[in-house]
Amino acid sequence: MQALYAQLLVGLINGSFYALLSLGLAVIFGMLNIINFAHGALYMMGAFVAYFLLNLGGINYWWALLLAPIIVGIFGMILERTMLQWLTGLDHLYGLLLTFGIALIVQGVFQNYFGSSGLPYAIPDQLRGGMNLGFMFLPVYRGWVVVFSLVVCLATWFLIEKTQLGAYLRAATENPTLVRAFGINVPRMITLTYGLGVGLAALAGVLSAPINQVRPLMGADLIIVVFAVVVIGGMGSIMGSIITGFALGVIEGLTKYFYPEASNTVVFVLMVLVLLVKPTGLTGRAA
Amino acid sequence: MKRIISAMLLGTAIALAATSAAMAQDKAIKIGVLTDNSGLYADLGGPGSTLAAQMAIEDAGLTAKGWKIDLISADHQNKPDIGTAIARQWIDVEKVDIFMDVLNSGVALAVNNVVREKNSILIDTGAATSDLTNAQCSPNTIHWVYDTYMLANSTGQALVKAGGDTWYFLTADYAFGHALERDTTAVVVKSGGKVIGTVKHPLNTADFSSFLLQAQASKAKIVGMANAGGDTTNTIKQAAEFGIVSGGQKLAGLLLFITDVHALGLKVAQGLNFTETFYWDLNDGTRAFSKRFSERMKNKAMPSMVQAGVYSGLLHYFKALEAMGGNPHDGAKVVAKMKEMPTDDALFGKGTIRADGRKLHPAYLFEVKKPEESKGPWDYYKLIGTTPADQAFRPLSESACPLVKK
Repeated sequence: MQALYAQLLVGLINGSFYALLSLGLAVIFGMLNIINFAHGALYMMGAFVAYFLLNLGGINYWWALLLAPIIVGIFGMILERTMLQWLTGLDHLYGLLLTFGIALIVQGVFQNYFGSSGLPYAIPDQLRGGMNLGFMFLPVYRGWVVVFSLVVCLATWFLIEKTQLGAYLRAATENPTLVRAFGINVPRMITLTYGLGVGLAALAGVLSAPINQVRPLMGADLIIVVFAVVVIGGMGSIMGSIITGFALGVIEGLTKYFYPEASNTVVFVLMVLVLLVKPTGLTGRAA
Repeated sequence: MKRIISAMLLGTAIALAATSAAMAQDKAIKIGVLTDNSGLYADLGGPGSTLAAQMAIEDAGLTAKGWKIDLISADHQNKPDIGTAIARQWIDVEKVDIFMDVLNSGVALAVNNVVREKNSILIDTGAATSDLTNAQCSPNTIHWVYDTYMLANSTGQALVKAGGDTWYFLTADYAFGHALERDTTAVVVKSGGKVIGTVKHPLNTADFSSFLLQAQASKAKIVGMANAGGDTTNTIKQAAEFGIVSGGQKLAGLLLFITDVHALGLKVAQGLNFTETFYWDLNDGTRAFSKRFSERMKNKAMPSMVQAGVYSGLLHYFKALEAMGGNPHDGAKVVAKMKEMPTDDALFGKGTIRADGRKLHPAYLFEVKKPEESKGPWDYYKLIGTTPADQAFRPLSESACPLVKK
């Protein structure tokens, strides 16, 4: 039983990465109608930026949490301005292919210079060590990841669903012409939204840097699972992707305990089941 | 009649001239480096293996003697089906004479079959499974650098002797992990230890915390990592986080490469014990080669034992071909010649190749230095023990290889 609690908690930790990443994807899909396959590469860039900040600029983890999403977010906005914006109104497939190509190029460049085994990034001193919870030894850093990503997820949800800015955004996706008639700069808003989604990916990258190696392929390994999470949760649904992210982390964690061999397929089995029963995803609205 | 005879003679002469010309001219070699160029093992093999092959070609000096040597490389993506497809294409279309590297045991066992069927040559320097020279041994294959039996024998025995008598395995769920766990279990049990549990994780796992918690709960003294590359580095890093080592358990890296230690950094990797058959800083010969190698690597990396094996294996292959006076394009024949000749190069020293295809050389037990002991980049290992060549690998008396006459 104790082991079970431990696995639940570990699942929650992984779930927080899924949640952060799928949230960014959901925001981008919901607002821009783009299936952002470059998300994994941008997540990886977040981790690398944190590494560069520390090793080249002496800038610590805490600043990296703030700076890396901004830097990578700006990179994302440049991508949106120079490439993605021309795809408005075209079939989803174009956005998918373009972003997939971008992902391959970015990964290829990083792999060319940094190899595949990655670079070390140490846990910040303040978050070292762990607590004995009775049923498991919880590293402080992992606890921090869960709490922090939960806060970020909820803040993003609040921003989009409950604020004036979020209302503009949602309106702009429904009817851009009308919103523009009110004097709102819709293209700029869309660029900023893409930047926000990308920033969330980069933030997840910084969070994961001390846990995993900072590797060029770290995003490619994760992104497929995250897409499954988004599909299960319902494309474009903010709360749906947050809840599904955490839930699937837990389910995956339990699989690692009961039948580890299946732990990297369980998410896809669930995806198939959900698609069979409810093709719009658990919380998705019919298109 | 006379004219007919002279015409026949002329014809025969032309035919003879043609064949002898073909034999004399056939100094063409095509080498294929089949490896993981983009995945989790790319740093320990990958482009570095191709560079090592290139250096072997340059250093052998055969091109100056009129040989024509081509080198191609491909990415098998750690998938046996892709590996065999490339292998067939290379043999049938590209006319590749010899396969080098072929890391990943799953891919290696599959390619081993193709190479045998098509009478080509495989010098495997990357795959670990000891089955390549045991039940699956082939007259066309030489297993050059290391294998799971040797790793288990050296590291496993040393750890049990040092008091680590209860083991829990984290095992990569494919041919390599299974072989390494099986061979290490045998050594542990034979040395008086006991295996109290095992968990099999999928290849290329990012998060090991679930598995590490299970290992922690088992209370085994040794947590044996029967995995490699990125899987091992992630395990070690996360084990530190979950307090595995500070809680009194010891991590056993059954297969670690210098590129892994470099990726982890000494702070995390210090104190780990493991076995390799090559280290760049062993002697003048290894240092000289490694320096040249590192200068030509994009990230200035020192060679791994897999890459060193590609160099060493090819040099021996060239020697055999030179002794044969040409390339007969007959895999089994060349391999037989290679087995006849003793091996000798600057990287692995003097050695031999056994009937089962096992290349013999000493195995070194290393410990990773503490950060303060290291004098600079890549100065990572302390040599703490050497197993002589004749004791490092599976004795022929235990072999299930049909090529071994008993």
